[in-house]
Order: sequence, then structure tokens, then C-alpha cells
Amino acid sequence: MLARMLVLRFSREIVDKPIITNLVRNYNLTFNILKAQIYPRKEGMVVLELRGNRDDFHAGVQYLKDIGVVVESIAQAIRRDEEKCYQCGACTAICPTGALHIQRPEMCVLFESERCSACELCVKACPSRAMIVTFDKNIAMD
Amino acid sequence: MGAVHKSYQEINEKIRAGKAVVVTAEEMVGIVREKGTRQAAQQVDVVTTGTFAPMCSSGVFINFGHTDPPIKAGKVWLNDVPAYGGLAAVDLYLGATEPAFDDPLNKIKPGTFEYGGGHVIHDLVSGKPVRLRAEAYGTDCYPNRKVEMTVTLNDLPYAVLCNPRNAYQNYNCAVNLSARTIYTYMGALKPRMGNANYSTSGQLSPLLNDPYYRTTGLGTRIFLGGAQGFVVWHGSQHNPAVRRLANGVPRAPAGTLMVLGDLKAMLPRWLMGVSMQGYGCSLAVGIGVPIPILDEEMAAFTGVSDEDIVTQVKDYSFTQSEPLGEVSYAQLRSGAILVNGREVTTVPLSSYVRAKEIANILKDWIQSGSFLLGEPQHFFPTVQRGEPEENMSDEVIVDFEKPPLA
Ligand code: SF4
Ligand code: SF4
Repeated sequence: MLARMLVLRFSREIVDKPIITNLVRNYNLTFNILKAQIYPRKEGMVVLELRGNRDDFHAGVQYLKDIGVVVESIAQAIRRDEEKCYQCGACTAICPTGALHIQRPEMCVLFESERCSACELCVKACPSRAMIVTFDKNIAMD
Repeated sequence: MGAVHKSYQEINEKIRAGKAVVVTAEEMVGIVREKGTRQAAQQVDVVTTGTFAPMCSSGVFINFGHTDPPIKAGKVWLNDVPAYGGLAAVDLYLGATEPAFDDPLNKIKPGTFEYGGGHVIHDLVSGKPVRLRAEAYGTDCYPNRKVEMTVTLNDLPYAVLCNPRNAYQNYNCAVNLSARTIYTYMGALKPRMGNANYSTSGQLSPLLNDPYYRTTGLGTRIFLGGAQGFVVWHGSQHNPAVRRLANGVPRAPAGTLMVLGDLKAMLPRWLMGVSMQGYGCSLAVGIGVPIPILDEEMAAFTGVSDEDIVTQVKDYSFTQSEPLGEVSYAQLRSGAILVNGREVTTVPLSSYVRAKEIANILKDWIQSGSFLLGEPQHFFPTVQRGEPEENMSDEVIVDFEKPPLA
């Protein structure tokens, strides 16, 4: 399962094509549109979260690029909701960088954001959904 | 000095007078080591324990009050999570693991199970409004066929947390021998023993400090979800007849507790809705059981440390059914264990930090005189001290239905 926040930019020639429908139908992806805009000269911009299994995701993005859509991913960051985190340690099983780790012998679960690569594996692995993806909205606004 | 014998009444008198000596199960380890069981029993009156982890066999009985015209609710949903309505007119039971009716489940694996019964319970305790929908077939006395209303915990005439199986006495340590990641109630397990997950609070865990259920029975007053609750029965799958160490500690999952308390008095911090990737929804429950030090034996029981408690390493991929080995909680807590000569990273699912916080809160309650011990009125199935091993089952429970993770 992969989910990414993407900015898609369309040229005038392809703005009318059922691109998103194709993504859903042919690549088994689901999406959540956060922002969509057609500019005066008929160019389009869509900010969406695209999700699906890893292979489908990459095939879908390749399809977009092949038909001429400019695909950028939005800078993402991870933070921890300290109210929700109950200090279990489940996330330390999957965190590849050690940003989430256990301090022994106290067994406190620490999150060092400087070591986080924003891979998002912890987001769904955390039982209480304490790990939250934030992204730089400025990029989507320009 | 003679043998120590204290009654519940004597200890409660001390608590009322603000003179009871209360320590946590973690502190008791050092006291017993330093002073021995005799002196520890003389000095300490109560040892407090704690555990905080997803416990699937949990839920709440709710009465939502009669409507006008009245309804005999058959099907009920709370925030779109189905509840069981096969009780009297407006009574229902909402189980922690029930997903929202339109949850995609494991259709795209692993499912994420964002919202279920455990989350509804957390929202109710948080004071959030919850949408209640009920349908009925209609009778002469209950003509209404449909109601929809928004309720808060305050509005509900009755809400009682009643968990048929919590606080498992010991639980397996889970690994995965297969070649792909598996998603289980013991968390995500990476292929070829990529990690080893465990889920009890070890030396702080309630029933590991009372291995034969000598002081934990019907009527034992406990910390439950942030309020005072009670142990009301032994839990489902309670099985005292497993192999034990000389100190009485079972080497595999054994006893369980059924607990009950007024949801209205509880706090959201101690009842958290959880989503277990690829497995389902659940509720993380905070439980703390006070253990009266009636005599030297109870001092010895509560003095157990993580070194004195073991569990079985089990494969959860259906590759091998025999346990892969036995490890102590000290090894589990150290961050890595050796399994078949290989070092495997250990991952706790039960919060040691929160377990300790519970033990300390319970300690404060008792020291301040606001919490008295409940003397058990009935005891649960147990085994004799030093029962020969041949009478014990070798069977290690791996429950693939709806297990608790205490
Ligand atoms: S899994 Fe979630 S709740 Fe547990 S320690 Fe990690 S962030 Fe906190
Ligand atoms: S996003 Fe990835 S690297 Fe960052 S904390 Fe989560 S699992 Fe670790």
C-alpha cells in the first residue's frame, strides 16, 4: 500500500481527457482530490492523494507521465500526536531509519524527527494513528 | 518475629487511616531482593500492578433511553458501527472489534480498519457526540420502526464497560517464519523472523503478580479505564492448567479476567480505539489490580521480576506449530532475543510506560485513602502449588479468532 500527495499539471491538449477515471479503472488506484483548478489558458492543476498497491501506483504514475502530465510529489513531513501516542513501541518494528526507537530501560518510545525520512510506514502501523503526515501546502498553492 | 498474616480488613483500616504502605510491582522487585520475603511482607501492605494494551474482548452495555413513540431496537449502529440489539427494547452491546458497516476490511490488504467499536467507546468517553441509528420490526407495544439521534455519554441513561476477557496472564511472543510480511493481532511480523512482538507488561502485569489468583476474584476492586471498576468473573479462555515455573508463573497464556465498570466515570486516556493493520479494530484498555500482601507468599509472588517470567516464542505464519523457544521478559525488554541462534529484534505492543503510570495512579489512590481493597467473594479456577507437570497442558494457545492482547 502506497499513498502520496501529488501535484499534477496538465497541458491544454490533455485537460479534457478522463485521466483520473483511467487511473481508477486501469490501475486500481483510489484518490482524494484536495484541490483542482483550470487556469484561464486551459491548463489544469490537481492536488490529490493517490493510493494503491506499490506496483499499481508506479504503473499509474508512469501512465500519467507517458501522456504528458507533469507529476510532482509534495514535500511531506511526519509529526507525532503526543496525546494519541500511548508509548507502546509497535512502530519501532517498521521504522527503517530508527527515528522511532525505544529508550531502555524506561521503555519510552522516542521520535526524532531529524532522523525521519517521511516514508510513512508508521502511519498505518501505529494502532492509535498517532503518526501524522503533514505536507507543505505552499507548493500546492502556487 | 512470627509469620505475617494480614486480613483485608486490617489493610483497609490502614488505608482509611492513611497509613498503608503501597508500592508498585516494579518497586516490589527491589524490596524483596533487598529485604527478603518475610520483611517485605511485614513492611508492604499493597502492591499495585498495571497493563495497557489492545484487549479485543471488550465492549460496553448501553441503554439509550425510551423514545417517543417507543422502539424495540433490533439493529443498532453507533457512528455506523453495528451494535448488538438482541436484548430488551433499548439495550445494546457494542463490541470493540466491530468495524464500521462500510469498512473495506481486508479487500485491499492490509486493511487499515480506521474506525470501529473501540473508537466509538473512546469517542463516548471523550464526551463527543455519537450518531445512533436503530431499526425495528414494530410491535403493538413498540410501534416505532426507526430512530436516528445524536447522543453523548452524558445523555445515555446507562453505559457500563463489560469486558469478557482482559488482562491475559502472560502471552506468546510472535514471530513469522514465512517469506512474506504477515499482519496479525500481534502486529506486523516481518518475514524470516524480522521481528518478535510481545504484549504483556511483564513484572507489572496484574496476574503475573498473583499467579494462582489468590487475591484476585469476584469483587476485587481495580483501576479500569481511569476509574474504579471490578473483577467480576474469570475471563473466557481462562486456563490455569499450563506448565509453570517453580515461582508459580505460567510459561504460556493462562488466566484471564472479566472486568466491569461505569463507563461514565472513565477517561479517554485509558480507553483508546486502535486500528491493527490487516487485522481489525480494537480497544486499548488500562487495567490495574491492587494485590494485598496478606503474607509472605504474596510478597514472594509480587516480587517477581522480568528475569523470573518467561514466555514461548511462537510462529504465526502456520509454518511451525511447536514453540521456537522460551525467553524471559528481561530478554524481551532488552531489545533483542536469540531464536535458533539468531538475534531477533523485539517489539512491545503493550505500553510499559502506561502500565507504570497506572500502577502509580493506583498507588496514589490507595495512599490517599480514596480506594479500598475489595475482598473477593468467589475465587476462580486455579491449580495447586507445585502441581506435577504431567497434569498441565503443553498446549500453547494461539487464538486466531478474537484474542485479547493483555
Ligand atoms: S505505535 Fe503509535 S502509539 Fe505506539 S509508540 Fe509508536 S507512535 Fe506511539
Ligand atoms: S515516516 Fe518512516 S522514517 Fe519517519 S518515523 Fe515513520 S517509519 Fe520512521
